[in-house]
Amino acid sequence: MTPLAGYLLVAALLFSIGLAGALTRRNAILVLIGIELMLNAANLNLIAFWRYGPHPEALTGMMFAIFSIAVAAAEAAVGLGLVISIHRHAHTTDLNLMNRMKG
Amino acid sequence: MSLVFYLLAALTVAGGLAAMLLKNTVHCALALTVAFAGLALLYLDLDAQFAGFAQLLVYVGAVAILVVFAILLTKGSETPKDGVFSHTWLAGLAVAAAVFAVLAWSILQSVSRLPQAAKAPTVTVQQIGVALISRYVLPLEIVAVLLTVALIGAVIVAMHEKEGGAQ
Repeated sequence: MTPLAGYLLVAALLFSIGLAGALTRRNAILVLIGIELMLNAANLNLIAFWRYGPHPEALTGMMFAIFSIAVAAAEAAVGLGLVISIHRHAHTTDLNLMNRMKG
Repeated sequence: MSLVFYLLAALTVAGGLAAMLLKNTVHCALALTVAFAGLALLYLDLDAQFAGFAQLLVYVGAVAILVVFAILLTKGSETPKDGVFSHTWLAGLAVAAAVFAVLAWSILQSVSRLPQAAKAPTVTVQQIGVALISRYVLPLEIVAVLLTVALIGAVIVAMHEKEGGAQ
């Protein structure tokens, strides 16, 4: 097995773990954690393809990963802000209890 | 495939699994930090030093703290008595397993066409900085605006509304 295939398999496994968590956990914060894990798995793919691709000196994959990290940080801030706001309104972060569009 | 890779991969996957399986939410956040640190080490193993240290700063330093703050502000560390998984957990697990099966199958099918071990690229921080302000200057500016808007927006969304204030 080539090194690239190993990294891709780790990224696929991490993505699936994050997806499973985002689909099965009931706490809204843990759903966000699952989404963060999925984003990180995608970043690992980008870096691995950059490292073993034909033109690593072009820095394309590395730049993609760096911008992706920045966007993921913004996403985490907004997501957690929303969870705090919902908790203040509904007094819960349990997704099973958040079943109304209007408070 | 070196021993270092296997150790780091095991650390990262174990951290991710623990973050999704543990009952106490604070423990989940700590396991998530382990997974992020493992990913940063994997980036260093891939000769992407800048991305590795950016990952350490942004995820281990900032996002993990944000998650812990959110857990404490929402009293999320109290474990619910009727389980932490939704009642449709079997369907979610099946979807995730199917996604992993497809991804792993496609990777293993294309192993022979993937590039073999390449020479380690030498990338200096100077090269990254020059690329950021020349070829990637437009994305850089857009990300700067996005981060400003997102962080101000997050503060406004999470800000406490006074009684009788703007509703």
